[in-house]
Amino acid sequence: MITTLLYSLTGLILFAMGLFTLIVHSHPLRKILAVNVMSTGVFLILVATAYTPLGQGEIDPVPHAMVLTGIVVSVSITALALILACRVQETSNLDLLEKSKQSKARKESGA
Amino acid sequence: MTWGQWLLVSILLSSFLPGIIIFALPEEKHHLRTILNLCGSTLKIALILIMDTWIYLGHSFEIRMVIIPGVELLLNGDPLSALFATLSSVLWLLTTVYAVGYLEESPNRSHFFGYFSLCVTVTIGIALAGNLVTFLLFYEMLTLTTYPLVIHRGTEKSLRAGRNYLIYAFSGGAVFLFAVVWLQAVVGPTDFSGAGFSPSFVDTHSTVLVLIFILLIIGVGVKAALVPLHGWLPQAMVAPAPVSALLHAVAVVKAGAFGIIRIVLDVYGAQNLLLLGVLPLLAGVATITILYGSVRALQQDGLKRRLAFSTISQVSYIALGMSLVDQPLALIGGLVHLVHQGLMKITLFFCAGNLAETLGIHRISEMSGVARRMPLTMAAFSIGAFGMIGIPPTVGFVSKWYLGLGGLAAGNWWVVLVLAVSSLLNACYFLPILTKAWFGKQQGPWPEELYVGRFETRLMLLVPPLVTAFIVMAAGVVANAQISPLAWVRFIVREYGL
Amino acid sequence: MIFLHADTPAWMLFPIVLPLIAGLLCFLFSRRTFVIALAAVLANFLVVCLLIYQLLVFGSMRCHMGGWQPPLGISLRTDGPALLMLLMTAVTGLAITLYARGYFSYRIFDPPRAGRHQRQQRFFWPLWMLLLAGLNGLFLSNDIFNIYVTLELIGISAASLAALSGKPASQLASFRYLLISLLGSLTYLLGIVFLYRSCGVLDLDLLQNLSNNGPGVRAALALMSVGLLLKTALFPLHFWLPPAHANALAPVSAILSALVVKGSFYLLFRFWFEIFPSTITTPALNFMGTLGAAAILWGAIQAMRQHRLKLMVAYSTVSQLGYLFIAFPLARVDGSAQLWSIVIFMALAHSCAKSAMFMVAGTVFLHLGHDRIKDLSGVRATLPITVFAYGIAGVSLMGLPPSGAFIAKWMLLSSSLASSQWWWALVVMSGSLLAMIYVFRVMSRFFVIPEGVSFIRPAPFSPLLEWPALALALISLFLGLVAPWPLHILSQGSTALAQSFPGGLP
Repeated sequence: MITTLLYSLTGLILFAMGLFTLIVHSHPLRKILAVNVMSTGVFLILVATAYTPLGQGEIDPVPHAMVLTGIVVSVSITALALILACRVQETSNLDLLEKSKQSKARKESGA
Repeated sequence: MTWGQWLLVSILLSSFLPGIIIFALPEEKHHLRTILNLCGSTLKIALILIMDTWIYLGHSFEIRMVIIPGVELLLNGDPLSALFATLSSVLWLLTTVYAVGYLEESPNRSHFFGYFSLCVTVTIGIALAGNLVTFLLFYEMLTLTTYPLVIHRGTEKSLRAGRNYLIYAFSGGAVFLFAVVWLQAVVGPTDFSGAGFSPSFVDTHSTVLVLIFILLIIGVGVKAALVPLHGWLPQAMVAPAPVSALLHAVAVVKAGAFGIIRIVLDVYGAQNLLLLGVLPLLAGVATITILYGSVRALQQDGLKRRLAFSTISQVSYIALGMSLVDQPLALIGGLVHLVHQGLMKITLFFCAGNLAETLGIHRISEMSGVARRMPLTMAAFSIGAFGMIGIPPTVGFVSKWYLGLGGLAAGNWWVVLVLAVSSLLNACYFLPILTKAWFGKQQGPWPEELYVGRFETRLMLLVPPLVTAFIVMAAGVVANAQISPLAWVRFIVREYGL
Repeated sequence: MIFLHADTPAWMLFPIVLPLIAGLLCFLFSRRTFVIALAAVLANFLVVCLLIYQLLVFGSMRCHMGGWQPPLGISLRTDGPALLMLLMTAVTGLAITLYARGYFSYRIFDPPRAGRHQRQQRFFWPLWMLLLAGLNGLFLSNDIFNIYVTLELIGISAASLAALSGKPASQLASFRYLLISLLGSLTYLLGIVFLYRSCGVLDLDLLQNLSNNGPGVRAALALMSVGLLLKTALFPLHFWLPPAHANALAPVSAILSALVVKGSFYLLFRFWFEIFPSTITTPALNFMGTLGAAAILWGAIQAMRQHRLKLMVAYSTVSQLGYLFIAFPLARVDGSAQLWSIVIFMALAHSCAKSAMFMVAGTVFLHLGHDRIKDLSGVRATLPITVFAYGIAGVSLMGLPPSGAFIAKWMLLSSSLASSQWWWALVVMSGSLLAMIYVFRVMSRFFVIPEGVSFIRPAPFSPLLEWPALALALISLFLGLVAPWPLHILSQGSTALAQSFPGGLP
């Protein structure tokens, strides 16, 4: 029982840490990592739920199936998020270029 | 469906279908569009006359469609709806003829006539509505269909007027919806059955019912331009003349006034209103509106604006009649003014449109001597103005006579006083126009002479005001005959058992 | 396939499987993708009609996948609300598919950027099919974890669709959209964990029967609600919606605004009122109602202030979603018969009207090259049908009779007055008035025809750009007149036949 509780609390803390980073930090990569930490936290709680001490009844397979599904989903979403983050990075550079162009144009018109 | 239900549906379709076809027609097909319009309006008059006859013979029509419990669509032909439907359809035919002449050579005509037809369909729908939900449906649709007409010219000024019109009208609609839902929560279905709800509710819910009555009157009072809800009306004058005629004489203000009549006679019923004691409130608002409109009209130099304030004042005669609902004579006066005011006001607006379209005259100060250039138009205008003042034998006299008699019968001497003051003010703002036009000297050239031809103006612009002016006289002369608005209104009042 | 009689529950697999297969085919074949998608959407529509027929005849049904009974197996379920949402998705999806065809062919005609637009179209169809499969799965699913999977499926495909336009703004918006949707699903998943700990089952029917009311269930419901609220974009969690919806391609905006947000809302409503009704307290309902009221007013005020048409429409979505939540404190007023009717009417009407409006915005954008509201003059002259569609959709958003939204507002008003909670009625009325202002602010611009400017309609103007919008707008307008039908479908599901075969017909 204590083992389950311990793992669950750890999972919750991971979730909270991820949430904190997701809200506070603005860098795309940090955000993606934060979400990954959050999902790890949730999976940890799920696995802890399924824990049964050795020899005390059968192991519940449903949480394991859920964790497996969750991990697959998490991996694919991370991939998608990374691609999008790369795109955002490229285009935000473009943005910077445009801004400098604008300021240049403003300077020229001012001159 | 019985043939009576088909009749109701075909009355609505006779302008709806032409409207839809007109939208689809290419802009250049002027003749086809005109033919379609005229056929539609003639057919509608014929159908409505059939309905009138059958209603007079004691038949009744009804189409009921339950949507959800509590929300029913009900179309219903009764003597009162026949009155409004006949008025609208006759005036629609004349306005269509006028609009065809007025909009010659102007762009976007298919658009204009399309909405014009929809607008009349909706007005007839208001006339035929058999409960508050149906009334609300057509009431909101009326705002939607008249909006494109108000902003038809597309100028900044007309857009501003249109925006104000929408804000006023939809706010009124929202208040009305709120009140309808509330009333239904309190007393149940609100069919226009003629007797109002059961008097037992008055004992249990009197405060709530008074509040709902005020909200309902505010809801329809926006369109009926009761002071202080009248702000949109003078601004809406930027619309083309046929639209102003339609807004002021037939569709919008009349829809509001008709709503007041329905609420007083059918939803609440005379008996309940007397018990609730809210009629003095309505009388007060009506009196203020009558006097305020007349005073403001005095100050206007723009001809159409003066007419607009005159409308505000005159429509409230109907509300005044309704506030004396226990007096059959006053009730007759108020109801018959629905028709009479429409006839007179549309004549005046046609004439104002003629002046603007032929000579470019928009202001009263420019009208000096105009009667020599356009004698027939000004003759029609004079008849309309005499009607407004209430000089016999015009129809205006008939309405005021009955209102005054009803007021006296109730022992309310102030009604006669209000009528007298209002007539005096009417005279003050119409007679100077007439003297200027007939006896004044033309000062310089007309602002913008747009038409020179055989007649004083285009024939299609000239005929409608002459016809309505003739009806204004004729209906006054034969008021006591079997077929006159007054006779029909007496029939209505008999039907209500008052 | 000989087992597919009209009465077998297996038909309810098709709305999920058909779009999935179609999406795969669209991905494999680069040509004729539109035909594949159209066939799938049409077939989907027909199957949904069949399912509704089944519901009317046999009542609510269950389909246990692979013959495994819950709690171990996964089951699908049809009932009134689910089927109406499916029907909404099918009809709107059909119109959006047609519109997207017109939209992309118009854009591909533009020579300098034809390649990029071709690529966009290439990826649009498989993603859209995937999204459709996810949505249908969401509505049909009867398993709380299965719903998580469909939520993720929807999130992935929706975010990718939103990024499709390739503009910097849309990529940033869709990145944020993806993160938010991920955050929402993770919170939801955490809720599932709590729920599984307290109840030990995942099947919705079993959960409903347990009616467990412990602290674990409360925490689970709170977590799941927060996750779903994030995805539904209820004020103040709406911040991601306007940029994501307004910067996407027009068909994508229509999909996101009309369908995707409804999915998570549908779940939320089902959880609150059907699965865990005993956990819900009156303060919680009032809290949701208050947030809804704030959303109505805030969204409408923001919509009035926008300078771009698509942003205006997107903020209008924020406002309209508020009506769905204002139904929370009022849904149980007149007994359970009315439970779903308000939100279903609101959702149906909004879905049709809003997708029509985004289509109009897209057509106008294609036509003028911009969507700045103050420069929209003269559109009426060249795009009369589009402007007409906008007007009708606007009427529906304002909730004027006879639109479906009017019926919903009528029910909102009457239940708020019947239960003496008149303040909700005031919010509903002011919301309609504000909607009038933002709808007509644009409408009056459409009507102005500047003098001396002649518009020449560009050559390949497809009717597919105009008519689907008009059709949807008309559906939303006349929904009010056919209101008895949806109500009839809603009232099904508790028939004698359904009760005697609780697991669905053999």
